[in-house]
Amino acid sequence: MSQYWINMMFVGASFLLYIGIAVWARAGSTKEFYVAGGGVHPVTNGMATAADWMSAASFISMAGLIASGGYATSVYLMGWTGGYVLLAMLLAPYLRKFGKFTVPDFIGDRFYSRGARLTAVVCLILISVTYVIGQMAGAGVAFSRFLEVSNSAGIWIAAAIVFAYAVFGGMKGITYTQVAQYVVLIIAYTIPAVFIAMQLTGNPIPMFGMFGTHVESGIPLLDKLDQVVTDLGFTAYTADVDNKLNMFLFTLSLMIGTAGLPHVIIRFFTVPKVADARWSAGWTLVFIALLYLTAPAVGSMARLNLVNTIYPEGPAAEAIRYEDRPEWVQTWERTGLIKWEDKNADGRVQMYNDANAAFTPTATERGWTGNELTVNNDIIVLANPEIANLPGWVIGLIAAGAIAAALSTAAGLLLAISSAISHDLIKTLINPKISEKSEMLAARLSMTAAILLATWLGLNPPGFAAQVVALAFGLAAASLFPALMMGIFSKRVNSKGAVAGMLVGVISTAVYIFLYLGWFFIPGTASIPNTPDQWWMGISPQAFGAVGAVLNFAVAYAVSMATEAPPQEIQDLVESVRTPKGAGVALDH
Amino acid sequence: MADNDKENAAAYWKANVRLITWSLVVWALVSYGFGILLRPLVSGIPVGGTDLGFWFAQQGSIITFILIIFHYAWRLNKLDKEFGVEE
Repeated sequence: MSQYWINMMFVGASFLLYIGIAVWARAGSTKEFYVAGGGVHPVTNGMATAADWMSAASFISMAGLIASGGYATSVYLMGWTGGYVLLAMLLAPYLRKFGKFTVPDFIGDRFYSRGARLTAVVCLILISVTYVIGQMAGAGVAFSRFLEVSNSAGIWIAAAIVFAYAVFGGMKGITYTQVAQYVVLIIAYTIPAVFIAMQLTGNPIPMFGMFGTHVESGIPLLDKLDQVVTDLGFTAYTADVDNKLNMFLFTLSLMIGTAGLPHVIIRFFTVPKVADARWSAGWTLVFIALLYLTAPAVGSMARLNLVNTIYPEGPAAEAIRYEDRPEWVQTWERTGLIKWEDKNADGRVQMYNDANAAFTPTATERGWTGNELTVNNDIIVLANPEIANLPGWVIGLIAAGAIAAALSTAAGLLLAISSAISHDLIKTLINPKISEKSEMLAARLSMTAAILLATWLGLNPPGFAAQVVALAFGLAAASLFPALMMGIFSKRVNSKGAVAGMLVGVISTAVYIFLYLGWFFIPGTASIPNTPDQWWMGISPQAFGAVGAVLNFAVAYAVSMATEAPPQEIQDLVESVRTPKGAGVALDH
Repeated sequence: MADNDKENAAAYWKANVRLITWSLVVWALVSYGFGILLRPLVSGIPVGGTDLGFWFAQQGSIITFILIIFHYAWRLNKLDKEFGVEE
C-alpha cells in the first residue's frame, strides 16, 4: 500500500470518529451548547483542555524551534505551562463559582457596566480571531503535505469537519471530540520520539534519554550535542543567554497570556463543582506535560541526528556527498522545506554557522564559502518517523495527529467567539428578552459565521501568521488576565478603573508590537527595525505583554482609588465568588 | 450568625491567599529563579551533560508546576471543609 493511502486511511478514520461523536453529542439547550451541560468529569475536561490548548504550533513547530534555539527557547516550555498554575489558583475556580457562560459575562457583571462588557468582548474577539488564523493555516499545511490536496481544499475540508461537530454539538460536541483528538495527537507525538530515544540513548523514555548517555560516543547526549554544534560555529545548545530581562518578560507574557486566553478559561466552566475546577487544572497540565516534556527531547535528538546525517564521520571530517543524501532529505527537498545550494561547487553538503565571524577562518581553511543547507524548523516533527526509519503507518499517525492538534484548538476558539457574540452581544447587550430557542439559533448562526470568517482568513492569510500568535498572547496578557484577577482579588477596583486599565494594556501592547512588526502587520510599515539593539530596554515585541499587564494593573488601581468604590451588591458578588459554597444553583440564571 | 459567617469567610480567604502566595513563591523560584535568573548560581551542579538550571528550564519547572497545582487543590479542598464552605 502506498504512503498516500496509509495517510488517507488514518486521517479518514479519525474524521469518522469525530463525526460519530458529533452525531452522538448534539446540544439540546444553551447550557449544553455553552458549557456542555456543566457535567464534564475533571479528568475528561483536563484531556479536552490539553487538546484545546495544544495547537498546530505546539505539535508541529515547537520541537523544531527548540532544536534550533536550544536553552534560549525554554521560554516556550515554561511560558506555555506555567500559566496553568495561575489559572488554577487565581482564576478558574472563582469563575466556575460565578457560574455563567462566558468571560465577558464575568467582566460585565463584576464591573457593572456595558462598557466593560463590550471592551471584554472586543478583546476576546481580537485575541481569538488572530489565534484561529494560525490553526486554519496549520490544518491546510498538514492536508497539503500528507494528502496531496491543495492548501485551499485542505482548509475547506477542515472547516467542514469543525462545522459538523461545533455547530450542532456546541461545547458538548467539542469536548468529546477534543478528548479523541488528544488521544490521537499524543500517540502520534510519542511513538517516533520513543524510537529515536532508543536509537540514540538506549532509554525508551525520551525525557530521561535526553539527560542520558549517547550510546555511540559514550558521553552524555547534551555534551555530545554541544560539541558537534560548536564545532560548526553554532552557539552551544545549552549555552546561557545574555539578555535575561527579555527572557524573563517573554516567559511571563506567555504565562499570563495563557491564563488569560478565553477559550481555555471557558473549558473550566464545564466541570460540576468548584473543587473540580482546581483538580481539572492539574490534570490539564499532566496531559500537556506528556507532550511538553517530550518536545525538548525530540528537539535535541533531532538536532544531533541532523548533524550526524550531514557529517557521518563527525563535523571535523568531510560532509556527505549530495548524491549520497538519505531518502528523507530528498522527500522534504521536494516540498521546499529543505534547500541545498552548492556554493563552493564540491558536490558536498556543508552546513555551518556562516554568520559567526570567529568561525570564518576555519571555514575558509576548509574551502567552505557559505552555509549550503537550510532546513525549515517545522520538518523536525513531521519528518521524525522517516529520520528514525519507522514504518509507514507512523507517518499516517503523524498526519492525523497534526490535523487533530489544529482542529481541536480551532473548535475551542470558534466556540469562544460565537458564545461572546450570541450570549454577550445579542442576549445581554442587544435583546435581553430573547427566548432560549432563539438564543440557541443565534449561537449556531454565530458559530457558522465564525467558521466562515476563519476559513476566509485561512485562505487569505495576512502574511504574518507567526507574528499574530505573539499578538494574541500579548493582548490576552495585557487585557483580560489583569481585569479578571482584579475582579476577584480586589473589592475596590471599579468599572472606570477596569475599563481604563484594559484599554491602556491593550493599546500599549498593540502599539509596541506594531512599531516593530508593521502597523496592523502591513509589510513595510514598521517604524523601527525589529532588531535586539533597537528594542526599548532590550524588550522584544513578543515579550511586551507582561509590561502591558503591569500598566493595566497600575492604571486600573490608580483610577479606582481616585473614583468611587463599587456598590455594595458588587462587593457582595466578590465575596460570593471567593467561596465555593452554593455554586450549584448559580448556574441556572 | 451573619457576622460569624462574614468573619469565617474572611478567615478562609486569608488562608487561601497565604497558600496562593507560598505556591507562587515556589512557582517563581523554579522557573524565573533556577531556570533563568539564578542559573549561573546553580550551574556548578551537573545534571546529565549540562547543569541544574538547564534542567529546571526544560523539565524541572514543568514537573514542579504539576506538583504545585495538585498540592494547592488538595490543601484548599481540605480548607473548604475546615471552614465549612465546601459545596
